[in-house]
Amino acid sequence: MSNGINFAFLDEYAKREIRRSVIKAICIPGYQVPYSSREMPMGRGFGTGGLQLTLALIGANDTVKVIDQGSDDSVNAVNLRKFIEMTCPGIDTTTRIQEATLIQSRHRIPEQALRADQILVLQVPYPDALVIVEPSEDKRKVMHGEADYSRLLVKLYEDIVKFDEITISHRYPTRINGHYIIDPSPIPRYDVPKLHNSNALILFGAGREKKIYAIPPHCPAEPLAFDDVPFRIEDFTDSHGERRACKLCGSKTSFLDEFIDEQGERVYQCSDSDYCEQQQELVHG
Amino acid sequence: MGYVAIKGGGRAIDGAADMLELLRTCQGESGQPLDIETIEKQLYFLHSRIMSEGGLYHPKLAALAIKQSLGDTLEAGFALRAYRSTKPRLLETPVHDTTHMRLIRRISASFKDIPGGQMLGPTTDYALRLLRMELLNESQEQFQNVAKTLFAGLPEQAVPDSFPKVLDSLRAEGLLPKVNQAAREQPFDITREPLIFPVPRSAALATMARGETGSLLAIAYTNMRGYGDVHPTVAELRVGYLPVLLPHPITGELTEVGEVLMTECEVVAMYQDDDNKGLPTFTLGYGACFGHNEVKAISMAILDRALQKGMKDGPENPSEDPEFVLLHVDGIDSMGFASHYKMPHYVTFQSDMDRLRTTQQKQEASHE
Repeated sequence: MSNGINFAFLDEYAKREIRRSVIKAICIPGYQVPYSSREMPMGRGFGTGGLQLTLALIGANDTVKVIDQGSDDSVNAVNLRKFIEMTCPGIDTTTRIQEATLIQSRHRIPEQALRADQILVLQVPYPDALVIVEPSEDKRKVMHGEADYSRLLVKLYEDIVKFDEITISHRYPTRINGHYIIDPSPIPRYDVPKLHNSNALILFGAGREKKIYAIPPHCPAEPLAFDDVPFRIEDFTDSHGERRACKLCGSKTSFLDEFIDEQGERVYQCSDSDYCEQQQELVHG
Repeated sequence: MGYVAIKGGGRAIDGAADMLELLRTCQGESGQPLDIETIEKQLYFLHSRIMSEGGLYHPKLAALAIKQSLGDTLEAGFALRAYRSTKPRLLETPVHDTTHMRLIRRISASFKDIPGGQMLGPTTDYALRLLRMELLNESQEQFQNVAKTLFAGLPEQAVPDSFPKVLDSLRAEGLLPKVNQAAREQPFDITREPLIFPVPRSAALATMARGETGSLLAIAYTNMRGYGDVHPTVAELRVGYLPVLLPHPITGELTEVGEVLMTECEVVAMYQDDDNKGLPTFTLGYGACFGHNEVKAISMAILDRALQKGMKDGPENPSEDPEFVLLHVDGIDSMGFASHYKMPHYVTFQSDMDRLRTTQQKQEASHE
């Protein structure tokens, strides 16, 4: 490039290290692989871990989709996509999920099921589900190795005693392949079941915390729960017991954003903007 | 429609960048763009801080980073660090001996007289913090006359370039532990390896050397006030230029390629038993960073001592806990994460509301 920056920003040594870490992460599903994590030109916490994965994996034939809060037009998604376009000449970007080979996302998994030829990269602020019960990384590492998740289960139990509900709203602890429990990134509980037996490879990148982990395709992913207190996703039923619908496309199955419109009314709309548009196209032709 | 405007991506970002550029340049008729050399010379301490926190000794680009970030230290250090991460590692210097630093300042708090003598050099330590109103309207002539007048009155006698180290004399007396030769082997490279605890001392030193000044100071201050007991004595604090040696590409012979301005601080702390049944000796703490930043070097030296104690006996205070200190002193990490809370969190908040409402409904039902 004219400004002396390498294709995909990172130098080749950095990309190689990330690819090796990805391979290790796939081989040990749910294990947090430490890596050196370069500084990126956007803030730590803005998706630098996901971005490093995307940049290490991207090649000339890839088509990238970047979403934040389900939207391609969210400020951070726009910013990341512009940076990828600027540093990766020759690649394509898209907003349509079907066209994408590489999808980088923050806080959502797209509504439409992913295919085997797609990779989903999730941005991760806190890579370790155990951090809510143990602040020391050194100790958490031992707990993971021994699959000792008793304190996490106690936290869930205490929630039920105190509130009669598990209070974990997002970042729901999920057991991968029967061993490691991961923090699946701040996706809503609604998205957690999509991690189970996914067709697509799902990669997690935590830039500030310098960790990469993975859920390989067709790998079991089970949210932590009790036999008599099952895992539950967000509830979008109204006071009449009806499932709320998106006010734009009418979908009664999608994850909804709630907001107050200019008339002061509470309204609901699909969080996944690409899905919503495609549903509207189906309805209106 | 309100909601789309909130998500109004690309144009909003471009507009924000324009507004920031306007803020940087809107000085009106008297406006002069800041000259890069002016930043380097007249904002000397700020410039020093950016090179050390950015982890890159590049005086020109550090000045540019200050200029484009409107003087925000965290942003400027960040820009420099991000530039650094695009550059491949081509060569490595051997471990350098700072005895040969060309000094502009060196002091010792442990002895009144030290070999080579105390040399105050440029310091604000004994300055009265009275605002110098005459600088409000300083003329170029007055500004340029300072050096002229000062050098005219200076005796010709040469000040030695380098001085013996205070620690060497303490060591010769057997008051300090012997130099650990094993520690001089390959140091840990924090830019190429993640910190996996426990980490070697070299990893701790490297992390702190590019740590954020205020963060290091705050944690070191907890130790100074009583959450810890380092009680340091500054054996030597030196500021100067360290010649940098690299192997010659053809002959392999070490060749001087330039020099870096740096600050180094060695503190002596309370004595402890020798592990190998020798006589007890004082303990040491070491701090060093790019540029002229004495508070950072002292804070780092205190934390180095505290961390060595924590690594040996187990941490009794936050400042003795390597994870606590090393994972929280990096300004690029901490400012990034603090800033990220400004990003949209609609989805997670939706999920939070779901939990709260469900819990409220349940408790209401149980009260009825």
